Amino acid sequence: MTKEIIIAGFGGQGIVSSGIILGYAGMLENKNVTFFPSYGAEMRGGTANCSVVISSEPVASPIVAYPDILIIMNEPSLARFEPMLKPGGIFFYNKTLIKSHPKRDDITVLAIEANAIAEELGQGRIANMVMLGALVKKTDILKLETLKKAQRERFVKASSEQLSLNDKALERGSELY
Amino acid sequence: MAEKRLMYGNHAIVEGVLAAGCRFFAGYPITPQNEIPEYMSIRMNEVGGVFIQTESEIAAINMLFGAAAAGKRAMTSSSSPGISLMQEGISYIAGADIPVLVVNVIRGGPGLGNIAPAQSDYYQATRGGGHGDYFTITLAPNSAQELFEFPKLAFELAEKYRNPALILADGLLGQMMEPVEFSYDPVDPTTLPEPSYALSGCQGRDRRVVRSYDLKPGKLEEWNWRRHAKYQHIMEKEQRAQAADCDDAELVIVAYGTSARVSSAAARMAREKGYKVGLLRPITLWPFPKNALAELSNKVEYFLVVEMNLGQMVEDVKLATECKNKIHFHGRPGGGVPTPHEIYEKIETILGGSS
Repeated sequence: MTKEIIIAGFGGQGIVSSGIILGYAGMLENKNVTFFPSYGAEMRGGTANCSVVISSEPVASPIVAYPDILIIMNEPSLARFEPMLKPGGIFFYNKTLIKSHPKRDDITVLAIEANAIAEELGQGRIANMVMLGALVKKTDILKLETLKKAQRERFVKASSEQLSLNDKALERGSELY
Repeated sequence: MAEKRLMYGNHAIVEGVLAAGCRFFAGYPITPQNEIPEYMSIRMNEVGGVFIQTESEIAAINMLFGAAAAGKRAMTSSSSPGISLMQEGISYIAGADIPVLVVNVIRGGPGLGNIAPAQSDYYQATRGGGHGDYFTITLAPNSAQELFEFPKLAFELAEKYRNPALILADGLLGQMMEPVEFSYDPVDPTTLPEPSYALSGCQGRDRRVVRSYDLKPGKLEEWNWRRHAKYQHIMEKEQRAQAADCDDAELVIVAYGTSARVSSAAARMAREKGYKVGLLRPITLWPFPKNALAELSNKVEYFLVVEMNLGQMVEDVKLATECKNKIHFHGRPGGGVPTPHEIYEKIETILGGSS
């Protein structure tokens, strides 16, 4: 089993963080993983994306050309990445910030009010955690509990309040499915 | 089994360098290897070593020369344009028979190029790189795990042969995160013996001289012949390569580093379609694994060389196989990274109809 995932959005939306959490959680479940960010002239407010591969086999290429799963957090990324998704792939998108809708009919489209849910929990920036919660519940690639463990082990400088909030966001995302 | 850590390739290099007992780093920033000096500045301080951000790459390589001539394990890292600037120093170090480690996280060139992954510095790495007759031992890792493990191997080979060693990575290997197992106990630098050439203060002993020049007629020629014998010995003893599914292969892909990873996916796709495809991954680029290729050249009809450049290692493949076989090339220059699909299509074109 190999799942290739691209996460894309604005710099500052926690795109890289969510990719790392996902990769780290994959490692905790003893899977082969790679994480590869877009790098270089990135900045807050600019676009950011990363590729995550989670597999039972050794990972050949960390660059994902045709993802099985897309997590799209902002409007410009929708148009850019939609054509790359494999037929039959799953398209998660952040409905709160994205007004258009994917055009393809050969994919599963899941609209998630990621920012709205995050704001409800009291913090817009945990929209990425809502998405991850939805992802693992819908696809079964990893366990929700592993993601919770992963964020606690990776965000070493975060306050315990923040870590609990992250857990809540993961749970709320998973409760959508 | 040691615990696994999810690490950037660039950070894995740092941990590998420190675990190898190196306590001297000098370097100058450049993408896509900036995470090396950034993380090294923290970690080197923690282990009580020397970290210097120099005013230029030229300063860095010459500081390395000094530290290594004093008998210490010393390393620098840079990316392609920065490595070009270091070539004069590397030539001097090779001429003085001093071991150092230089890491090149290659980016697209020529010139300032771009910051994307590339393998376009193969010629530079495997033909010496600077002026004069010399070679540098060149290792090509293809995972974060090997980025952790190869610095120790590089220092050991460099010291064994008193020769500079290079690790050739690329932007993808440096920027990618993968699980890394700290697979060996760290070397305690205080247990490393002082080398015979070390300029460590001559009170109570004869003075030692480290230099790359001698103006006495015939002397340099004599030195270079001696070094030639060393190179011959290294070429004989230190070839390293990894072969996968080559035994029954009709076509063998030859690729290193990132290209080898991508090629392994293409080889898997080809096997699923019934094509007999293997992969030979050179681990030492110099010395080039000629023996493995020479052996395969007697059994295999086709070679497909995959590189992220316009075709550099393909010449070494032709030399090693003495052009007995049909040798194809697939290259992506200027920061392009091949996809498994495009390599598979190339395989299909070559083998189409034969299986």
